[in-house]
Amino acid sequence: MVATATPPSAPPAVNVKINGLPVTIPAGTTILEAARQVQVKIPTLCKDDDLLPTAACGLCIVQIAGQPRMPRACCTPVVEGMDITTHSGALTDIRRTVLELLLSTHPSSCLTCGRNGTCELQALAADFGMRTENIKRIVTPIPPDTSNGSIIIDFTKCIKCGRCVQVCQEVQNVWALSFLDRGINTRMAPAGDITLAESPCVKCGQCSNHCPTGAIVENDETPAVWAALHDATKYCVVQIAPAVRVAIGEAFGLPPGTDLTGKLYTAFRRLGFKAVFDTNFSADLTIMEEASEFIERFVHKRGQLPLITSCCPSWTDFMEKVHYDFIDNFSTAKSPQQMLGVLAKTYYAKKLGLDPAKIYVASFMPCTAKKYELERTNEMYASGYIDVDIALTTRELARLIKQSGLDFLSLPDGKADSILGDYTGAGALFGVTGGVMEAALRTAYFFVTGHNLEQVEFESVRGLQGVKQSEVTINGSTIRIAVAHGLANVESVLEEVRAARVAGREPPLHFIEVMACPGGCIGGGGQPYGVTGEVRTKRAAGLYQHDRDRQLRLSHENPEVKRVYDEFLGRPLSHKAHELLHTRYTARPLYKR
Amino acid sequence: MNKLTFADLEKYAKTMADSGPNWVRVSIDTGGIAAGADTVCTIFEKGVGTLGFPVEVRHVGSLGYSFADPLVEIAREGMPRVIYGRVDDEVAHQILQDHLAGRRLLDDHILAWRNRALTFDGPSTHILVKDTSAEKGDKSQFFQFSLAEELKRCNLQDKVQVVRALDMGVYDEGVAVQFLPSRVTYTNVLAPDVARIVKTSVQGKKIIDDLLYKKPDKQVRVVMRNCGKFDPENFQDSLRYGVYQGLVRVLSGMKPEDVIAEMKTSGLRGRGGAGFPTWLKWQITRAVQRTPKYIICNGDEGDPGAYMDRSVLEGDPHSVLEGLIIAAYAIGAARGYFYIRAEYPLAVSRVEKAIADARAAGLLGDNILGSGFSFDAKVRLGAGAFVCGEETALIASIESKRGSPSPRPPYPSERGLFGQPTAINNVETLAAVPAILVRGGTWYSQHGVEKSRGTKVFAVTGKVRHPQLVEVPLGVTLRDIVFDLCGGVFGGKAIKAVQTGGPSGGMIPEHLLDTKVSYESLQELGSIMGSGGMIVMDQDDSMVEVSRFYLRFCVDESCGKCAPCRIGGYQMLQILNRLARGRGEKGDVERIRAISTAMQKASLCGLGQTAPNPVLSALRYFEPEFKAYLEGGVSYARKMSANRPPEPVAAEPANA
Repeated sequence: MVATATPPSAPPAVNVKINGLPVTIPAGTTILEAARQVQVKIPTLCKDDDLLPTAACGLCIVQIAGQPRMPRACCTPVVEGMDITTHSGALTDIRRTVLELLLSTHPSSCLTCGRNGTCELQALAADFGMRTENIKRIVTPIPPDTSNGSIIIDFTKCIKCGRCVQVCQEVQNVWALSFLDRGINTRMAPAGDITLAESPCVKCGQCSNHCPTGAIVENDETPAVWAALHDATKYCVVQIAPAVRVAIGEAFGLPPGTDLTGKLYTAFRRLGFKAVFDTNFSADLTIMEEASEFIERFVHKRGQLPLITSCCPSWTDFMEKVHYDFIDNFSTAKSPQQMLGVLAKTYYAKKLGLDPAKIYVASFMPCTAKKYELERTNEMYASGYIDVDIALTTRELARLIKQSGLDFLSLPDGKADSILGDYTGAGALFGVTGGVMEAALRTAYFFVTGHNLEQVEFESVRGLQGVKQSEVTINGSTIRIAVAHGLANVESVLEEVRAARVAGREPPLHFIEVMACPGGCIGGGGQPYGVTGEVRTKRAAGLYQHDRDRQLRLSHENPEVKRVYDEFLGRPLSHKAHELLHTRYTARPLYKR
Repeated sequence: MNKLTFADLEKYAKTMADSGPNWVRVSIDTGGIAAGADTVCTIFEKGVGTLGFPVEVRHVGSLGYSFADPLVEIAREGMPRVIYGRVDDEVAHQILQDHLAGRRLLDDHILAWRNRALTFDGPSTHILVKDTSAEKGDKSQFFQFSLAEELKRCNLQDKVQVVRALDMGVYDEGVAVQFLPSRVTYTNVLAPDVARIVKTSVQGKKIIDDLLYKKPDKQVRVVMRNCGKFDPENFQDSLRYGVYQGLVRVLSGMKPEDVIAEMKTSGLRGRGGAGFPTWLKWQITRAVQRTPKYIICNGDEGDPGAYMDRSVLEGDPHSVLEGLIIAAYAIGAARGYFYIRAEYPLAVSRVEKAIADARAAGLLGDNILGSGFSFDAKVRLGAGAFVCGEETALIASIESKRGSPSPRPPYPSERGLFGQPTAINNVETLAAVPAILVRGGTWYSQHGVEKSRGTKVFAVTGKVRHPQLVEVPLGVTLRDIVFDLCGGVFGGKAIKAVQTGGPSGGMIPEHLLDTKVSYESLQELGSIMGSGGMIVMDQDDSMVEVSRFYLRFCVDESCGKCAPCRIGGYQMLQILNRLARGRGEKGDVERIRAISTAMQKASLCGLGQTAPNPVLSALRYFEPEFKAYLEGGVSYARKMSANRPPEPVAAEPANA
């Protein structure tokens, strides 16, 4: 679906009063949003900026003069002349009772909770000064779901706000999570009351990112990293994904989009990693392979079109489960995480004369699905060992740094290793929706024409619009491209291709980029909490700035990439490249037809 | 069936439906079937063949006298029409033998007519007699004997039969008699009156004014106008009784705006409980420009003790369908749904048949009656979740989603079923619509009080002598309904309260029973009109227990979406539970009040917002009972539960 060119006309403005202050705002704005304009925050536990209001928690009630009811601010639009009170004695009493009720079904085990300090329920309880338990506590003991190595559900901590269900069903179209039973027995759980591992879950972790409490958290593996770092027999190396560097600062109080690459390098060395690699390097390498694949298919007509990107493990999982008729369209190039892992245990080990069995590759990703990718198929062991030993999210990284006692923000900037560490601006773009496409186009242009683009930036693939379709002309031929992010947005793009396939028409698209999370990896399920469209835009801006700041902005110009090909792989799509850098996909339909 | 025209419909409506002078109508509805109506019906169907003269046996809907199920109405040439109640297999055989063949009425089973006459229009052939005052020390038999003796003395024993009735429709009026076929009714008849009754009224055909019961029947049947009259599965009979005449009027020249104006004149408000003006709902939905639009008939009746909608759907499905078509025409909908709970299989099958018959006759489908208006409807089953009666949850359920309410706005009139403008009307509302279109909004609005116009069906159950459906004009008092129409409390005990509005309603104590029933008045008392359930409580009922019952219902039925309802209801129930066990804690009443307020104000939908009402109204009128449990502790609670009478009986035993 392509957004229409004409922007919707601005709705008329209305005048309302909030707590006595006059405000003029566009009609249709909710009271919750309107209140922010007068610097008032109305408490809510279910409304999330990414999601439509479900009106579940009942905390955001307000008073409107002349109305006996107390409507919910999250879903009530302002109307001309409304006289709104957001905070009053009666409202506070009711909110406190609702909060007491929520706490009465919550284990309140804050000290040992994965959300200690970031929990929205905890924060509200603190703000409301909850000191006594006026209502008897009833917590139904349900064992946590640890079936899935990426995320863990602790059902007892769930406040049934519905955010995870909504993001899973509506934003991601995965439908792994749902509500079961009713009344006090209502629970959020995989549909059909199966385990998460048996469910359609693609491990994107958006549920964990949107959960207000500790009910869904990433599988915290920081202890395993510490164990490896403290193990003298291990040679620990690290890689860091593009999107992590522009978001990690949020966990330390910095605004989103702040680029902390240098401090992260230093932190890794101080933590005890013997080599610091950058996933941006292997992103450049992925581009070499993927752009070559595209040229193969588009120019030499060998293989299916459109070519679909595959560096997002949630997306490949989703494709194998739901859209497996597109397996032949998938780029077989591994994701940058896996490419770096295999090179660390082959090329790097050989170069430094290290025993690959002793190398321990830890990767820090914005993503919970990267944990799953480590053992996705046999090809993830291309080095003869597990290519990447452990994958941690940005949130775990922040915890790791805090545990280490480092004053992170005061660290001097460091450098990555010169092998597997240098990268171009194109590699950095992998962390944002449209980035893989943009990087690939820059290199594909060179591969086809033999010379570099003058204008390397492709504005048409940038931005947070769900589906971005455009055309690019290289050497007289038109390439029709589409970029989708947020899995619910994939459907329409693939349907278009399917329809053409059924009708025997030429494919309407040549190259499709998909990232499972809204905004791409910058909005990944493992990123710091509190993601909104604004936060995503700022993180993306951080990466675009990073790209602009690099001297080299084209993957094929990365000198280290060139060297890897010269010294080790030969050329893109060579036999060796295929052996180490490519993978396979298997149809795994969820339900038998 | 060929497609019908306006002329066909008019012709049907002018044809008499009853083909012969002898017929048997058996009320085959869920209540009747539960009491054995279908085997009774089989007995009649087999038995009439042996009589030697033609008798037509028909299935009809229920007349509403649930206490007397199974109900059978009999017409025998040359005899007055009578309704028999509590007809078991044996009684059915007796009716065949004694009444149909032997031309004698049976004792103890006849329900006297409620539409009583004030003058004699001919000689009396039968006298019904019943002692209406008490349930013990019944004088009926004595008066039957006295009247029969007096008639014999006057040599009238062969002309007039004296029959003991099952129910006179008047209560606590001493011995009552009703003359048939005139239906003149005397009450408070004393032994010395017997002679003058025979002389003046039987022989002289004159009214004895001091005995005459002059009060007209308090019931006005609009919604239930056709229930019990004809076979709801017989399309032609429906047409002969004038169903679809409202649609004829609408489609032969009325604009949708005219229909809405007529509804505005009628003052009809939503009978599902909230009482939103029907015309306004239609106008708002009509005003939204997007199409397609949808109309939904809400048949997800779920209040404990309420069965008005079921009776109407089972007894007169075509009128509800007619109302739905008219509503669709008014709002501009091309598609409609009946949302009926799956626990009502008979209602579902009758509505499905009505839809199929109407479609075959061209009353559904393209270009209805050549008017250019096209509309079709189908049935969707509800799986029994009470909350699915709430309109946004109902819509979700039709859309195959989890039946949880969504925030409003957007209202269904703006974004309803499949995101399109949708109007949702209750069964009873839609059943009233055709009558309003036929007889006019002004006629309808003559009934009622203040802002509550027209009639309302109530299902009166609980500790009441004669549980039944009654349809009364709004503005009658609760006392009228409970005492005048249903005979007061069962077992001669004192009334304590009447619960109205189901689990969303509240308790109305005895001293407020003279309140005129209207949307506003009941709300002022802390209850609501609701869908029309009325449960009578007597002196033995503990208000703590009763409020616990209703709260438990809501807790069970909460969809679990919003925190105040999901947790609030449950926690409040825990408090009431410990209170009822005598283990209440200090501050429990205050806790109940705080949770109630949070539920009322912060719940998403009506279920949670109103779930505390029964508890709050019990607290409002009966707080000392709660305090007694709190202060009395375990020993008091044990005493109360030991005192608790056995479960209420649905109806008094036969021949009481």
